[in-house]
Amino acid sequence: MLIKLIIRNAFRHKLRSILTVIGVAIAILAFGLLRTLVGLWYLGVEQSSATRLVTRNAISLVFSLPISYKDRIRQVPGVKQISWGNWFGGIYIDEKHFFPNFAVEPRSYLELYPEFVLPPDQKDAFIHDRKGAVAGRKLVAKNGWKVGDLITLRGTIFPGQWEFILRGIYRGAQKSTDETQFFFHWDYLNETMRKTVPRRADQVGFYMIGVTNPDLAAEVSTAIDKTFKNSLAETLTETERAFQMGFVSMTEAIMIAIQIVSYVVIVIIMVVAANTMAMTARERIAEYATMKTLGFGARHIAVTIFGESVVIAVIGGVVGILLTFPAAHWIETELSQFFPVFSVSPVTIYLDLLAAFTVGFIAAIFPTWRGATIRIADGLRRIG
Amino acid sequence: MEDTSQKTFIVEIANLSKSYRRGSQIIPVLQDITFDITEGEFLALMGPSGSGKSTLLNLIAGIDKADTGTIRVGGVSITTLSEAELAGWRAANVGFIFQFYNLMPVLTAYENVELPLLLTSLSRKERREHVELALNVVNLADRMDHFPSQLSGGQQQRVAIARAVVTDPAILVADEPTGDLDRVSAEEILQLMDRLVHEFGKTIIMVTHDARAAGKAHVIKHLEKGVLTG
Repeated sequence: MLIKLIIRNAFRHKLRSILTVIGVAIAILAFGLLRTLVGLWYLGVEQSSATRLVTRNAISLVFSLPISYKDRIRQVPGVKQISWGNWFGGIYIDEKHFFPNFAVEPRSYLELYPEFVLPPDQKDAFIHDRKGAVAGRKLVAKNGWKVGDLITLRGTIFPGQWEFILRGIYRGAQKSTDETQFFFHWDYLNETMRKTVPRRADQVGFYMIGVTNPDLAAEVSTAIDKTFKNSLAETLTETERAFQMGFVSMTEAIMIAIQIVSYVVIVIIMVVAANTMAMTARERIAEYATMKTLGFGARHIAVTIFGESVVIAVIGGVVGILLTFPAAHWIETELSQFFPVFSVSPVTIYLDLLAAFTVGFIAAIFPTWRGATIRIADGLRRIG
Repeated sequence: MEDTSQKTFIVEIANLSKSYRRGSQIIPVLQDITFDITEGEFLALMGPSGSGKSTLLNLIAGIDKADTGTIRVGGVSITTLSEAELAGWRAANVGFIFQFYNLMPVLTAYENVELPLLLTSLSRKERREHVELALNVVNLADRMDHFPSQLSGGQQQRVAIARAVVTDPAILVADEPTGDLDRVSAEEILQLMDRLVHEFGKTIIMVTHDARAAGKAHVIKHLEKGVLTG
């Protein structure tokens, strides 16, 4: 019966309840999307392989390293594989069509990155065509490409019009793998540089290194950097995780701000819900007094008010969660250049539910205190 | 001379006083009230507004605390009970009838009557039997699924009376039970209360302004500025 009372009370003022539910739903939607954004920002770090190292110029990523380092790195004990590449920074049509594009050594790169899955025939075609390129399936779908298409990128770091033949379309081994990247042959880049800007030839932006044992990562990193100590281009070798974290930490302040905003959203809706519940409780003081007159205790009154508040907040929370999935899908589809992967994690859903429950619970504290402590005689006087 | 040897007093009030504090002012509401109510009696408390009659009713019903004096109801000194003990005592011993019915708008007539029984150990089946019996007594069995908003004022008050009697309490307290009703409905309610006294042996204490309503009572007590005058 009390449950019946709670549920019927929750929707007694339909407009007010629906507006509150919508308010909570929007807050939970915003909270969920912001939390997802923050989570995805660190996803690259979390998904970094423990067996991969990145070697770059010790001064900055902007500076390159000689290609000749590859043979010396390969000789360092603990190094199993090595690949190399450059951030190309090419533009397709215009800046709005941005996607990450890299010049890489194809065979070794695909071996080091098994998460980029290519059909064997496409992989073979890519490796054997110096102007060949591969792209993630989301990028391909967005631009309406198909295998065999000619794709032209306008170089920014490496000026000129660069033409590629799409030889393969990769898919991610996991749902969270970025499927919006574009890879082509480093040799194609290098040969063109030799012809046009020879001083920039035989230079790589980074080396990717596979180690035999993740436990050796620190020792191998030290050994590589020691090898090039006091050379013209000293190296900085770190795990892929640390390398990714370097990028993330540049924007950490923004991420912290987004996290704070996500909590502020919840606090705002908590205040709104508390106001609604306070209004509701004030209107029902005579009913609570009547219940107390009949012998119901403060505990029963508290259950009634808390129940009503939590029911409204949790319904709003569930609606918000249900809206989060299509919203996340829309972001992933329409804003894939910024958010190649935008999947809502189970942890975010649990946090959403917890936030909704907390909103309902905290919003009910003051009204419950009022309802439970009011003197019966005072409460009964409020009627009529 | 009245013979009191055969009478059982269900309510015994002695030297009862009550005052309210408004800021730094202390306003006396009841002063040195002493009287008894016999079991099965229909007593009307009359007096002008602010005379303290509702306060006295609240004290007898255990929903307010006296400053001094004692109230014994059915042999229990309710002035010494704690809030929690009073709540339990009220649930078992007192039925309430209010001027504005005080029904839960979101519950049906049946559910409103069932409400006080939730505090008992009765099974759902037993509760149903009690509720149906109470609704039959007030002649509203055919409206048990109606919400208060679907009932007239008189019907709502009958539901409230069914709720008051469903636990079979020793006393019924009624604060202006006909105050919000038209003449016909008021008459029906008064007849129903009269029936509760005569057929079911209930003791009723009623606060009223209405001389016609008070005319149904066996005993009329008058209050003036917190003092019993007759």
